[in-house]
Amino acid sequence: MSFKLPSLQYDYKSLEPYIDAATMEIHHTKHHAAYTNNLNSAIEGTSIDLQPIEEILREVSKHSPVVRNNGGGYYNHNLYWEIMSPKGGGEPNGTLLKRIQADFGSFAEFKDKFSAAAASRFGSGWAWLVLRDNKLVIFSTPNQDNPLMDVAEVKGFPLLGLDVWEHAYYLKYQNRRPEYIQNFWNVISWDAVQHRFESAR
Amino acid sequence: MIHELPKLPYSADALTTAISAQTIDFHYGKHHQAYVNNLNNLIVGTPYENATLETIIKEAEGGIFNNGAQVWNHTFYFEAFSPNPQASPAGRLLRLIESDFGTLTEFKDKFNKAALSLFGSGWVWLSLNNQGHLEISQESNAGNPLRKGLKPLLTCDVWEHAYYLDYQNRRADYLPKFWEVVDWKVIADRLG
Ligand SMILES: [Fe+2]
Ligand SMILES: [Fe+2]
Repeated sequence: MSFKLPSLQYDYKSLEPYIDAATMEIHHTKHHAAYTNNLNSAIEGTSIDLQPIEEILREVSKHSPVVRNNGGGYYNHNLYWEIMSPKGGGEPNGTLLKRIQADFGSFAEFKDKFSAAAASRFGSGWAWLVLRDNKLVIFSTPNQDNPLMDVAEVKGFPLLGLDVWEHAYYLKYQNRRPEYIQNFWNVISWDAVQHRFESAR
Repeated sequence: MIHELPKLPYSADALTTAISAQTIDFHYGKHHQAYVNNLNNLIVGTPYENATLETIIKEAEGGIFNNGAQVWNHTFYFEAFSPNPQASPAGRLLRLIESDFGTLTEFKDKFNKAALSLFGSGWVWLSLNNQGHLEISQESNAGNPLRKGLKPLLTCDVWEHAYYLDYQNRRADYLPKFWEVVDWKVIADRLG
């Protein structure tokens, strides 16, 4: 089996003005494609060749750093494209909103905490909203690590992930990562996040 | 002590065959400056308030280490460039490179491989070790070989911000251009 680069459910230009078309295209066709290809080459002919990505990540400490880096890069970008939409923004509702309010106080407090996690990650990495033991937690990981990995400090099921590698925002925002984070809220598909929340429970 | 952003020994548009003026403006004017500002804010009221950058690199942790090392690393990176560089090493430096790596080409290949395979943000270094040999090392994020007792001679910034405006995902295209602006006279002076 080999992993496939997913096609996006929207056009590269459709997240403008928040994320520009050039960034989207390079991010998808170069960065995400490279993680996918490198992962496929690393696992070809090995015992994990037929495993789903989630299982590979769950025991990633048993594999080479190439699998950790590119397996993470493959999964994380799948999730990133999935939880964004040109019809995104606003606030979640229903069970997810209630859970956010219960665990963080309010949506505004959740937003501040998630944004702070994304802004303070030094170097390359991701900010996460994770369901862990039926409770929501926010944290960040370095490079392409994620909360499914056995090497992660905090483990759980990722509901929302924000790529804060410089390649995710540099063409449009350069050194202004906080502005990118601020604008990310306009493209989050809360339907997709709600869907992940339900499938995790 | 107040840390300051050192002046560049060339203008922002002096390296455009390799690094655009726009990249220098952001990299030096925004990133490097931000590390200086962050460091000055963070050290107030700490044991590092009057420490040199070298002491901070050897001893500090967390934000003080990150910002202090990034100030030093960027100064070291920018000061190695020149619009009229000495294009290759000579004398003792060349002899060291040849004895430790074979040829200048083999050295550059090995350095480039280290730069390409560094995953995420970081720096690739050429340093002199305690045995008097040269070594190439990779450091993540703000890492600096001074912390391991090595004497740094040359570094390449492979944070994406160093090349993304000019080369996007093509780090492999940035590296040969990087070598075109490295001034080997500066590296030889560092060797002493
Ligand atoms: Fe990315
Ligand atoms: Fe840099």
